[in-house]
Amino acid sequence: MNYAASPVLAPHLPLWRSRLLLVLIAGGFLVLAGRAVYLQGLNNDFLQQKGQSRYSRVLEISANRGKITDRRGEALAISTPVKSVWAIPEEVQFSSQQRAKLAALLEMPPREIDKRLNDATGFVYLKRQISPDVAERVSELRIAGLFQNREYRRYYPGGEVMAQVLGFTGADDAGQDGIELAFQSTLAGKSGSRRVIKDRLGQIVEDTESIREAQNGRDLALSLDAKLQNLAFSQLKLALEKHKARAGAIVVLDARTGEVLALANLPTYNPNNRSRLSGAQLRNRVITDTFEPGSTLKPFTVALAVDLGRITPETMIATASGSLAIGKATIHDAHHFGDMTAAQVIQRSSNVGAARIALSLPTEAMWGMFDKVGFGSAPRLGFPGEASGKLRAFKNWRPIEQATMSYGHGISVSLLQLAHAYTIFASDGELIPLSLLRVETPLPGRQVISPATAHKLRDMLELAVQPGGTAPAARVMGYRVAGKTGTAHKEENGGYAKHKYVSSFVGLAPASAPRLVIAVMLDEPSAGQYYGGAVAAPVFSAVMGGALRMLGVPPDAPLKPLELPSDGSEIKETV
Amino acid sequence: MARLNLILLALLTACALGLVTSQHQARKLFAELEREQEQAKKLDVEWGQLQLEQSTWAMHARIEKIARDRLHMSVPDAKRTQVVLPAATEAER
Repeated sequence: MNYAASPVLAPHLPLWRSRLLLVLIAGGFLVLAGRAVYLQGLNNDFLQQKGQSRYSRVLEISANRGKITDRRGEALAISTPVKSVWAIPEEVQFSSQQRAKLAALLEMPPREIDKRLNDATGFVYLKRQISPDVAERVSELRIAGLFQNREYRRYYPGGEVMAQVLGFTGADDAGQDGIELAFQSTLAGKSGSRRVIKDRLGQIVEDTESIREAQNGRDLALSLDAKLQNLAFSQLKLALEKHKARAGAIVVLDARTGEVLALANLPTYNPNNRSRLSGAQLRNRVITDTFEPGSTLKPFTVALAVDLGRITPETMIATASGSLAIGKATIHDAHHFGDMTAAQVIQRSSNVGAARIALSLPTEAMWGMFDKVGFGSAPRLGFPGEASGKLRAFKNWRPIEQATMSYGHGISVSLLQLAHAYTIFASDGELIPLSLLRVETPLPGRQVISPATAHKLRDMLELAVQPGGTAPAARVMGYRVAGKTGTAHKEENGGYAKHKYVSSFVGLAPASAPRLVIAVMLDEPSAGQYYGGAVAAPVFSAVMGGALRMLGVPPDAPLKPLELPSDGSEIKETV
Repeated sequence: MARLNLILLALLTACALGLVTSQHQARKLFAELEREQEQAKKLDVEWGQLQLEQSTWAMHARIEKIARDRLHMSVPDAKRTQVVLPAATEAER
């Protein structure tokens, strides 16, 4: 008998029950399908995000800070990656053996490590900026709770020689001083990021999108010449030690292009190790400090008078009395030579002569001259803390002030401004804009005095370094040199300090077709000598001689050994 | 009709397999690219360090010191200097 046909088994259930079941099951599927549509189609953000977080990663792409090189491409500042070792103190577990090895690698006593770990919670740097190969050996120790991250460290191979020009960067690789700060936006790289897909092994299998393109910082070619810089620095250092000066500065300019070829300051510091620094070491005296220049300003007054046609180099100036009374004050000359020509006023650095010439000129014209050569306004190099110096409005000038300004008192300038101003004598009367970066095509300058005046002044300045002038020590064998000494009392507490001097020398060479302008300044030489001709001029001579030879400038004078006049016979300028 | 479907099925399978292989190839190549880029970065870093080393060794102060002390070199004085001007400047005169 057929099983299904058995009447005993005949169904007695009502049909609606099976229908109900069908509806319920169908309903359940519908809900599931609805939920699926909802999750996959309508509200899929959350799940997609969850999914992505399991395979996709955002990676940081680090960017390098640009290099700084000198004009020949020699590296002056380079960033290289270093590692920092940090720890989560609560998670650190190491055996005493591991601890000893770690201490040896990090070059710190084991007790110091314990102290650091015990003092902090959550996060502590054990050592920052260690070299990558040491970092590798540290990670080989496999100490739990110890981590490393990548940082950049900037190295300065030139060290102390150009510390103040280059400046330095902070721990986050951002410029904090000098060129590093001035050109921060050029040098700094912009780190980027990208989204990638990683597989089970952590390998990147696909690049899904570039969120931000990484931009490496651009390299910067300075106008500085590392060889010249080193020469200038070492000569300045010798002079500083010899004359026991408190500080010194030197700047070398290219007279044709306005480029700063060398710029050195003392005292200095090592930018690779800045653990103990004082303000004096950090100061870039050439650019940020001003001083009363003294006699080095005389040529500008004379140049103006010559340019206006008031005098010629042969005009006699009444200096016979050796003094000049203006109101209550009297100006003195140290030597009495009788009446001098205008050229001799420069050659022998006569204050009375310069004052007499100044007083014959309108104040406005004299102010205009100082203003046009850049005194009283910052040189606009983009360097942080450029000094503009002090040049008061001509309307308030009293005659005594006009007279003292002609020989560089009552006016203050930075050494860079002074050297820059002298380019008008080197370049046929044009003031060429300065640059700290390498210049391919020189910018047009501004005519300040006529070429004829510039030639006359150059001849006068040449006399000043001949025997009979104030600075025979500035001569360079084989080249015609022109220049002017300056010796000034230091300003202190509103007056002039009696036995504190600033000695300076500014000059150019070769005089027949000037290539370089060099300005030297020594602050408080205290080994007996303090005249610019004895202290600063020899530095000028040594640097100028070496620099012209390095640049391969053909000599314009016979190569005969120079004989310096014996001590005491040279002409001391009036201070 | 059935034959066409079969052909289409075979084509589809082939395409699908092709996609899989090319995807795999792409990933392999990408991994290689990644490795090479990593290598390039490493070499870049090394280049920077070598440049640094070069400028440290080639520091003018150091060269001068070695030239003076070890090689006993010095700048010739005026009596032993002969300046030869280039022919061009000679002609200009």
